[in-house]
Amino acid sequence: MTTLAIPRPVHPTGIWSWITTIDHKRIGVLYGVTAFLMFFSGGIEAFLIRVQLARPEQNLITPEIFNQLFTMHATTMIFLGVMPLSAAFFNFVVPLQIGARDVAFPRLNAFSYWTFLGGALLLKISWFTHSAPNGGWFGYSPLTGITYNLGHGIDVWIISLQVLGIASLAASFNFIVTILNMRAPGMGLMRMPLFTWMTMVTAILLVLAFPVITVALIELYFDRAFGMNFFNVAAGANPVLWQHLFWVFGHPEVYILILPAMGIVSEILPVFSKKPLFGYATVVLAGVIIAFMGWMVWSHHMFTVGLGPVANSVFTVTTMLIAVPTGIKVFNWMGTMWGGSISYKTPMLFAIAFVSMFIIGGISGVMHAVAASDAQQQDTYFIVAHIHYVLFGGAIFAILAGTYYWYPKLTGRMYDEKLGQWHFWLMFIGQNITFFPMHFTGMNGMPRRIYTYYGGMGWDFWNMVSTIGVLFLLVGFLIFIHNMARSWKKGETAGADPWDGRTLEWSIPSPPPEYNFAEIPNVQDRDDWWEEKQRRRELAPGAPVPVVAGGSDSDDAHDIHLPQPSYWPFFVSLGLFIGGMGLVYLINVSDAGLRTLNWVALTTTVIGVIIGMVSVYAWSFEPVNDPEPDGGHAAH
Amino acid sequence: MAHAPAIHGEHEPTTTGLNHRKLLMWAFLGSDCMFFGTLIATYLVYKNKSLEGPLPIDVFDIPVTSVSTFVLLMSSMSMVMAYAWLTRGNLKAFRIWLASTAIMGATFLAFQVYEFYEFANHGHLTPRTNLFGSTFFTLTGFHGAHVTLGVVWLLSILFHSFREGGVTPEKNLDVDLAALYWHFVDIVWIVIFTVVYLFGVFEGFPGTTPSAVVH
Repeated sequence: MTTLAIPRPVHPTGIWSWITTIDHKRIGVLYGVTAFLMFFSGGIEAFLIRVQLARPEQNLITPEIFNQLFTMHATTMIFLGVMPLSAAFFNFVVPLQIGARDVAFPRLNAFSYWTFLGGALLLKISWFTHSAPNGGWFGYSPLTGITYNLGHGIDVWIISLQVLGIASLAASFNFIVTILNMRAPGMGLMRMPLFTWMTMVTAILLVLAFPVITVALIELYFDRAFGMNFFNVAAGANPVLWQHLFWVFGHPEVYILILPAMGIVSEILPVFSKKPLFGYATVVLAGVIIAFMGWMVWSHHMFTVGLGPVANSVFTVTTMLIAVPTGIKVFNWMGTMWGGSISYKTPMLFAIAFVSMFIIGGISGVMHAVAASDAQQQDTYFIVAHIHYVLFGGAIFAILAGTYYWYPKLTGRMYDEKLGQWHFWLMFIGQNITFFPMHFTGMNGMPRRIYTYYGGMGWDFWNMVSTIGVLFLLVGFLIFIHNMARSWKKGETAGADPWDGRTLEWSIPSPPPEYNFAEIPNVQDRDDWWEEKQRRRELAPGAPVPVVAGGSDSDDAHDIHLPQPSYWPFFVSLGLFIGGMGLVYLINVSDAGLRTLNWVALTTTVIGVIIGMVSVYAWSFEPVNDPEPDGGHAAH
Repeated sequence: MAHAPAIHGEHEPTTTGLNHRKLLMWAFLGSDCMFFGTLIATYLVYKNKSLEGPLPIDVFDIPVTSVSTFVLLMSSMSMVMAYAWLTRGNLKAFRIWLASTAIMGATFLAFQVYEFYEFANHGHLTPRTNLFGSTFFTLTGFHGAHVTLGVVWLLSILFHSFREGGVTPEKNLDVDLAALYWHFVDIVWIVIFTVVYLFGVFEGFPGTTPSAVVH
């Protein structure tokens, strides 16, 4: 019934099978591999920054390149690293945890990934076209306006963030619907695993926060390309509007980065402590309150702008208040471990490290929540130390914990525990050697985003220490990649439930069959799989607990109809990528401020739009499943 | 169809009882609220901050815009009629009302094009003129883009309905979703018309400055 006479893709293996896949598990792998590559590229950028700052008055990197490096490093780590790594877990884990066979909109899910990849390439290609953005990840106007920033660097930044925003929004709509609508029978909201809960909260935050930055970026683009006045001081505009719009998005964004990490840790701590999560309801509620209050604290990024004592006091109070639900979570995690029989496997080590590093980052956060104190810390390395304790020691450690934890489920094989431990200790030591000294340099007044500094300011020693710490991180990361790649084929067979898990994903074989659950489970408890194992032990003491839902060759499996692969999501994303590429170069502005239309870019944009629209139509009229004339089935 | 798809049928039972696509549409509309909210906020922040004219009071023609507003509001009623006739099985009446909805939407757009043209050529207001120009054209322009998308969507459904089984009294979700979107875009216009046009012209409304003061 397709309108265009293109047959449905039927590629069981090979590159086209990946391009047309709509299986949430494969899309999760695509997200994860791409995001770790991007994370590595952002790490290289950070490494170059640290090499330049290792000693005073070095000239290894020009100031221009240095500006591009810190802009690209932050933008990469946030939008191409942590967010898509979280998305990788949403994709792989959430449907398994709620007992579903896929997400609510499998093709939209594929679209999210390919659009993310398009946005990532748009940003990263700019290194090779010598137009990497240089305005910081926050892009403050008027620094990013055309007067002070000619060329296409900021346009690259604007358009790639817009494309990445479309990808994130599509994924978030998908997961809101999936989690609300596709839970197995009996799984009420308060029986949902914590990671699923935090995924939903994150997705809701994201669909409300991203439109704000979308509008801000549109306004900035219109100013640059068409000479409008949104941030033009000469026309009476107030550039502080940009700061408000950016941080109204930017602060919820911080919680978009950390809430999934908190969800991962809330899964791992109970499993490796052999205890249920302490205070499940309060942990859920604390997550929801953090998300809600995340909207009330944005101006703490603007304490030194001069908003006045009333605004500064209000935002000081709200910011300190948000530490309360965060603290509740921390105490519940400690309560979970308290008195448990803890096994210190790699995922658990990273999870415990997450809690401790996050406490350090949280405490320095409360320090600059006080406006008076922040006036001393604003724009110094103290802030850099803070964000790396919450985002690297926090989010990234949790993501690594989750990677080790779900690796056997994803691949069916166990990673090398010894290498995992090496990786952990190198990361843990490296994290603290790299970022803890930044508290000292920051308190001694070293500003962020400077490309070099004079010796004898008391910063020399600690800068060198920070740079040495990066080597630990680098070696740790290489060991991690080696471990993951080698164990994929050569690791020991893991079995369905290697950790004695608590949630539904451990009740099916590893790796999960394409249809996940041969029989949709009937959920009776929170931590249902754990309770199910206890129930069975009571019924047949001493007998091994079989994997139930999995029976990979059961007759039922042959009647499961899965949504079929599709070409169209990929091509809609391709249209967005091409169209975005055109928009970056649409208008040329000369040194004298004269604007000329670039016809090649305009043509490129039009081509992109046409590809996108044709593909949207083809997608709309393509049924989720083709009718099957021969009575065959889609599950194969 | 030979059989209902396993997971994605129109009437597949879901945890909440709401259809997947309908829930998605509500989530999207929530997101779109923030989109327009930010645009309107920008407009309000810069209200009366333009250093030079023209200002709202110089360019707005309230009677003309009232007519186009009325047409857009009536299109919502027409949309309700279309959906009602569809669920009652009268496909012909459905098509007539759907077409009339699209035509009214297009009429509104024609008014907007006329208005933009008038402002630019006789009111000397372009997006580059002043803060009012930048914020006004961007806000109403994006609303117009939403209406345009809606018209294209309604026409697509109209053509699709001529196919055998394309749209039926039972298979009405496509129409239901388009209607939700259409009503939302209408409601946004009510806010824009009030906040931008009415508050911009009539003295006594909050923040309205007579043109002479600024000039």
